[in-house]
Amino acid sequence: MISFIQNIGRTALKFLSTLGRLILFSVIAIRWIFTPPYYWQQLLRQFVDIGYYSLPVVGLTTLFSGMVLALQSYTGFARFSAEDTVATVVVLSVTRELGPVLAGLMVAGRIGASMAAELGTMRVTDQIDALDTLSTRPMQYLVAPRLLAGTICLPFLVLIGDVIGVFGGYIIGVFRLGFNPSIYLSRTLEYLQISDVTLGLIKAAVFGFLIALMGCYHGYHSGRGAEGVGRATTNAVVSASILILISNYLVTALFFGV
Amino acid sequence: MTAKPKIEMIGVTKTFGDNAVLKGIDLTVAAGESLVIIGTSGCGKSVTLKCLNGLITPDYGSIKIDGSEILGGGRAAMEDLRRQFGMTFQFGALFDSLPIWENVTFRLRQQQKLTKAAARDIAVTTIIGLGLAPKVIDQYPAELSGGMQKRVALARAIVDKPEILLFDEPTSGLDPITGGVIDRLIIDAVRKLGATTVTISHDMASVRRIADKVAMVHNGVILWCGDVKDMDKSGIPEVHQFVHGLVDGPLTQLGTPTQKGQK
Repeated sequence: MISFIQNIGRTALKFLSTLGRLILFSVIAIRWIFTPPYYWQQLLRQFVDIGYYSLPVVGLTTLFSGMVLALQSYTGFARFSAEDTVATVVVLSVTRELGPVLAGLMVAGRIGASMAAELGTMRVTDQIDALDTLSTRPMQYLVAPRLLAGTICLPFLVLIGDVIGVFGGYIIGVFRLGFNPSIYLSRTLEYLQISDVTLGLIKAAVFGFLIALMGCYHGYHSGRGAEGVGRATTNAVVSASILILISNYLVTALFFGV
Repeated sequence: MTAKPKIEMIGVTKTFGDNAVLKGIDLTVAAGESLVIIGTSGCGKSVTLKCLNGLITPDYGSIKIDGSEILGGGRAAMEDLRRQFGMTFQFGALFDSLPIWENVTFRLRQQQKLTKAAARDIAVTTIIGLGLAPKVIDQYPAELSGGMQKRVALARAIVDKPEILLFDEPTSGLDPITGGVIDRLIIDAVRKLGATTVTISHDMASVRRIADKVAMVHNGVILWCGDVKDMDKSGIPEVHQFVHGLVDGPLTQLGTPTQKGQK
């Protein structure tokens, strides 16, 4: 019984200690985002890596999600003769929910893993220590540009993903389900409000920050050797994915009714 | 010792978790002197080196550079101090994502507004001085051999003429000939700069070439420290065993794993 309580206590302490380290890590990294010198080259590299090279995977994901959504909602709504709401359902689902969450999860897999692996490798090969010896703060040089780029790039990715997802629904609606193209488009825009898109973009910014934070945190504190880097990579993707789902609820609840 | 001490470590201790790695290191290095630290794996050599330039903060003790205490001065003071240091790491620690010229001139470019052309010129001059071809500057570290990477790491350490150079196993993983060449480059570079050096090495041939003074770390303390020419007549069994690479002897820690909790 005592050992059971000890285990609970140990786990709770470990959790709190990790949470404290993570919060401290975030605060320090955010501080360095706004403190000169600014590493523009690093920032540009991250923009290209996160924003540009993630476009295909986000585009494909949202395209097929939009297509599936159109088919499924048609099947459901046809049962109570509400087929003409398919376009509205597709656009609202994609902009408010599917676009940000799916893009977030895909980018977590691609970028979170890549950041953790890169920083983890730098840790185990002493490159992070080398930065320190070369009078460069690793948090400012490595972490701050990644956090900034993640937070800025994901909303743009989601915006493009939204358009592609809605286009996927349009293709199915028009070419498979026989909707009139102009009616489908007008239904798409009729009930769409700016706040729907904005909510998705706010979520995307939060997800982008969390993905970069998890990738950097786990990579920066990677254990030694290939196993340590592998574990850091897995932890980065898993924790980022879980945090995306949790923060998705929290942001939705915060803006509920908007 | 009559020369003014450049580096003084007094009673430096460091513990990782339950593992006391340094239990009171006392070392003095005179200006322009070359000290080599030897000892079995896991005895605390690397931790000693990293304490010197602030990569690891000791729990207790004093470290002085030119007579000024460097511990407890805060991060900004340590960053200023680090400009006096150049360091090479055991496996080079070159930045994979940067070409050689950017690796070599990394610190210069952070501290001075160098144009790309000026930085490339400096990189070329430096690596030519270390026996590398100029075309290497546009290659990436992964495209170079181990010996070439060591030379680039050396170039990065000396390019802005530091007063103190720290070398962590500069010849590890190299064949004896390349190791000898690296030693000669180190000796030449240090002589030109007039720098004070602290080196970690397991390679006794290399130790005899580059050291003025040798210190052996064992169980977290300095077991022996003296002139390199006195190394063979220290009269201490552990030093004798290590220097001659004998399997049987009082040293039983061969293969001790890296300190728990050490990053």
